[in-house]
Amino acid sequence: MSQFLREYLTVFWFAVLALLLAGLLLGISALVRPNKPTAQKLLAYESGVDPIGDGWSQSQVRYYFFALLFVIFDVEAVFIFPWATQLERYGTFGLVEMGIFVFVLLLGLVYAWRKGALRWV
Amino acid sequence: MLSLDLLPHSLTLATVLIILLKVVVIFVLGLVGTMLMVWFERKVISGMQNRIGPNKAGPWGLLQTLADGVKLFFKEDLIPDKSDRFVFKMAPFLAFVPAFLVWSVIPLGGDFSGGRDGSFSMFGHRTWMQLADPPIGILLVLALSSIAVYGVMLAGWSSGSKYPLLGSVRASAQMISYEAALGLSLAAVILVSGTLSTHGIVLGQSSVSRWSVIATGLLPFIVFMIAATAELNRPPFDLVEAESELVSGFNTEYSSIRFALFYLAEFMNTITMSGIIVTLFFGGPQPVRFDIGSLHVDPNLHLGVLSGTVWFLLKLLVFLYIYVWLRATLPRLRYDQLMNLGWKLLIPVALWWFIVLAALRIGDERTPRWNKGVVLAIGAAVFIAGATLLVVANGVARRNREREGAMF
Repeated sequence: MSQFLREYLTVFWFAVLALLLAGLLLGISALVRPNKPTAQKLLAYESGVDPIGDGWSQSQVRYYFFALLFVIFDVEAVFIFPWATQLERYGTFGLVEMGIFVFVLLLGLVYAWRKGALRWV
Repeated sequence: MLSLDLLPHSLTLATVLIILLKVVVIFVLGLVGTMLMVWFERKVISGMQNRIGPNKAGPWGLLQTLADGVKLFFKEDLIPDKSDRFVFKMAPFLAFVPAFLVWSVIPLGGDFSGGRDGSFSMFGHRTWMQLADPPIGILLVLALSSIAVYGVMLAGWSSGSKYPLLGSVRASAQMISYEAALGLSLAAVILVSGTLSTHGIVLGQSSVSRWSVIATGLLPFIVFMIAATAELNRPPFDLVEAESELVSGFNTEYSSIRFALFYLAEFMNTITMSGIIVTLFFGGPQPVRFDIGSLHVDPNLHLGVLSGTVWFLLKLLVFLYIYVWLRATLPRLRYDQLMNLGWKLLIPVALWWFIVLAALRIGDERTPRWNKGVVLAIGAAVFIAGATLLVVANGVARRNREREGAMF
């Protein structure tokens, strides 16, 4: 097994251990805590009054806009990170290339900005 | 490679022992550190607000967190009957496990004095004081912070209640927005260090003048600090659990140990994020070594392997204090201000500075070298031209919208 994979394997076992710890905490708690549920206790909390309507109420569509915009910048990171580590190899050509890429990207952000997608009122 | 070869024969007993030892140490360190962090935060905030703070459990109230934890064990665990039970139970794990995993790639110590590389000998193997050093360690941190978003989002959504739902949609939009700025300022550090491995990034910062905070020109650090605070949902960016609006935000419906897991994860994230900041910008476990012109200061703590850990903890403490200080000082932002700050200021500025920094770096490689002043001047001119165009374009767009009578 290569060193490369072994590093991830360590992280994997660490994750398993963290999961076990969280499970253990919950397990201990399940043994010692009281459990007397009543209908009142299991109501959704709404500042002390009975909940009105469905808990899954509609939320603003704006949150979705931002999620879409985020995808653009996340994909961009896929290009930027490898380039940043290999800066010298591509030199001026890489810089111009990345400059154009970022310019196009910013154009998208400016378009969203102009359309008012970034406004929150 | 694709076989489930999880404990291969090439692993010797010594390597397994080393890994086990590291895991145990980091585990204990993580939990005790989080416990102390909760105490530290409460105590410092009390001091800033002219209160005494926890002082009954243990000396100076040190055991307060433990007492709170024990109390939570004995609390009834309620799951609202409107909730999605499976997701409701899964969400605390999704928040807790990534918080813990970040520990595995932070370099926690090692002897860096006198230009050593921080490795030390254990059971006849050279090893580093960090659990794992994957070649893309810092991307792993970004990936884990993305998974943490799921914990918060699913917790709020699965509760089947209004306040948590509002908290969770806020959280998801806020955290992904600032993750873009976080990644871009991180890219500047990678530009300077040329590697994605956390150990490699630390190795490159051998003296104060080579710390990334200076080598990247301060701006990425400021952006990273702000974005990290938002990513942690800490004040002044704690709209996710704004008490005055949303009771407790995404974890309103959680009780007992399930709540404790979120609470632990939150404070653990604060510590690990401070650790990441120290690693990326302030040389991690490297000693504070000055090497400017004729001034040479090379402090050596003479603690051997532990000296790196001491330096790391000292630097970490500074940032933990800053986070508590921010919480005690700054009022909460409004949501539109939060989004404007992220999208209209941090992201464009971080992108712009990233390109300028890349131009400066490449200009240094060329013969003849590019004049730094000219590169910076061109960069500034482009920025000002872009900003002016944007203001004009926005004015036109607003007038057009008003003429058409659009709602927004």
